[in-house]
Amino acid sequence: MERSKQSSHYKDKAFKRSTWLLLFLICLLGVLVMVSLASGYMALTPTEIWLTVTGAGTASHELLLYQFRLPRIVLAVLVGTGMATAGAIFQGVTQNGLADPGIIGIHSGSGFFAVLYLYLLTLNQDQPPVWLNAGLPFAAFIGGISAAVLIYVLAWKEGVTPIRLILVGIGVNAGFSAALLLVQLRMSESDFNRALIWLSGSIWNASWAAVLRLLPWILIFIPLSLYKARVLSVMQLGEEMAVGLGTAIEKERIKLLTIGVALSAASVSAAGGIAFVGLIAPHLARRLVGGKFQRLIPVSAVTGAILIVLSDTLARTILAPSEIPVGLIVSVIGAPYFIYLLITIKD
Amino acid sequence: MEQIRKDQLTKKETQKRLMKRLSAPHPAALILISSIAALVLIMIVSISIGVSDIGWRDIIESFTAFDSSSTSHVIIRDLRIPRILAAALVGAFLAVSGVIMQALTLNPLASPSIMGVTSGSAFMIAVAFAFYPQSNYWQLILWSFAGAGLGTGMVFLVGSFSKRGLTPVKLALAGAAVSALLQSLSTIIAIHFNVARDISFWFAGGVAGVRMESVRVIGILAFAGLIAAFALSRSLTIMGLGEEMAKGLGIRIGWIKFVSVLVVLILTGAAVSIAGTVGFVGLVIPHVAKKVMGMNYRWVIPGSAVFGAGLLVLADIAARTINPPYETPVGALTGLIGVPFFLLLARKKGRG
Repeated sequence: MERSKQSSHYKDKAFKRSTWLLLFLICLLGVLVMVSLASGYMALTPTEIWLTVTGAGTASHELLLYQFRLPRIVLAVLVGTGMATAGAIFQGVTQNGLADPGIIGIHSGSGFFAVLYLYLLTLNQDQPPVWLNAGLPFAAFIGGISAAVLIYVLAWKEGVTPIRLILVGIGVNAGFSAALLLVQLRMSESDFNRALIWLSGSIWNASWAAVLRLLPWILIFIPLSLYKARVLSVMQLGEEMAVGLGTAIEKERIKLLTIGVALSAASVSAAGGIAFVGLIAPHLARRLVGGKFQRLIPVSAVTGAILIVLSDTLARTILAPSEIPVGLIVSVIGAPYFIYLLITIKD
Repeated sequence: MEQIRKDQLTKKETQKRLMKRLSAPHPAALILISSIAALVLIMIVSISIGVSDIGWRDIIESFTAFDSSSTSHVIIRDLRIPRILAAALVGAFLAVSGVIMQALTLNPLASPSIMGVTSGSAFMIAVAFAFYPQSNYWQLILWSFAGAGLGTGMVFLVGSFSKRGLTPVKLALAGAAVSALLQSLSTIIAIHFNVARDISFWFAGGVAGVRMESVRVIGILAFAGLIAAFALSRSLTIMGLGEEMAKGLGIRIGWIKFVSVLVVLILTGAAVSIAGTVGFVGLVIPHVAKKVMGMNYRWVIPGSAVFGAGLLVLADIAARTINPPYETPVGALTGLIGVPFFLLLARKKGRG
């Protein structure tokens, strides 16, 4: 009796702590968004931003803020949230800390299908259909699912070991990248360049339309993954334990992977393949709140958003006026972290 | 004194006997000779294939009676032959580096592209283009060597820090991460310094537009590097039996390792400086060569050199003919061949 009281007390404390942490992270994100709004090739002062927001600013400031910077930042937040959550789900399902959708080929599968879709629909047509852009996330989703199925089938040999899953994933990634290169070469020069920039992860041409395309996916699948977080936590206890606790493990695995693929594919269709977010954000979150997915998923979602907004701000300012695709900045930050994890991880 | 000398003698004797036992007898020699013949044949056929069709008479005449006013003669001399030679050399270089890496690390996934060596080279070439745009070909090769060293160094550093050394999986992951890092940095440099178009070629990989002077430079390196590799072959074979055994047989392991790494850097650096990042040749060919030639590196190394050369010459023919008049990057083609192979290896090795 005494003990159960104590443990529930402890739970309350952990819950409280993670709630405060989440609030703090959201505040941090808010501050970063403000900084990001102000910085860029045309820097704005806080007063200028305030004046524009209250409707007393100049027309050019209004244009810059509402049509260029704000959609871009909102998109960065959504993409970061989606990719980080997808990463947390993948790590949970495969029980492998190094499973990042970008490294195991989900991103390049989505990218390949998206580019193929664009290529086939714009081929021999002066007027591409109106639903061209709206269909993009779906094409990416099909690509992501096929990559996931391919990895799972190829890694299957009387069961799937996490290590084989990752090795096969690296191979699938290389295969899709090569296939992608072949498709790209059949495109015209300008399309080729656009595809190249898009694929290395960028949100330069963000617009409210792009935000609206991505938003439903995030709004549907993030709550779903929060709802499924309990199952993920149970899975971490090991397969036998999870089955003993009444979890239909294969079924749940497939459901969770579908959610993860949907989130990462939709994000890829909006911003291209940004690797390492799905890896770093869940790891940082685990450091902060521990391995329980009910707490881990929201914290890693916010962390992911912070990461992308920060990288995007850097991408715009470091080498201004030339812009760097945000995916490259994330890689430069993420690869060393990945290597650090690789060194310290126990196998 | 006498005793020591005797010891030495017996060690040499044992080495020799061991080599004899490991040597596959005549089949290996026969295969090698016939595959060299096949390679030469493919290369000659390859001269006639391309955007502009060239007949056999032109090919023969361009050697015997060169006529600088004939377009086909000029195409053969200035375009086709350099690129075919370059393809063969690059294939041989990458395959031999792959063999040496796999022998050194005893790791079936070790190869120049997976270990980040090629992206290291490409990174340094990007740096050279951005900061020293006047570099001539020799200087470019030096940059490329430095980059190969950088990539290898980074991956090995990761290996030496991690707790249980570089298992195949860790090697593949470390290579992927190092490659991602270096490629991102090169792209950033390319975008900022406006040299993206010059550099994109090095990432796609290909031997189109190679000039004869570069082939000559590479040829000298090829001679040196391949001879060195051949000289290492006996020690590598013995080291394949385990380091303890090799030590017992009087192999100076540290020295052999140092020379081997040097050879790998030279071969890979040279290959990247001329053809960019062509992946998977160094992974696939060594395995094939070992299947065919047995475990003695004295046969495996020349075997992989010939097979690698053949693969890349074939891939280059495909690159010219798939989508004429456009070039398809050779790197993408070797990727398509290499990925299924990698998957096969991953399925086999990724146990537990």
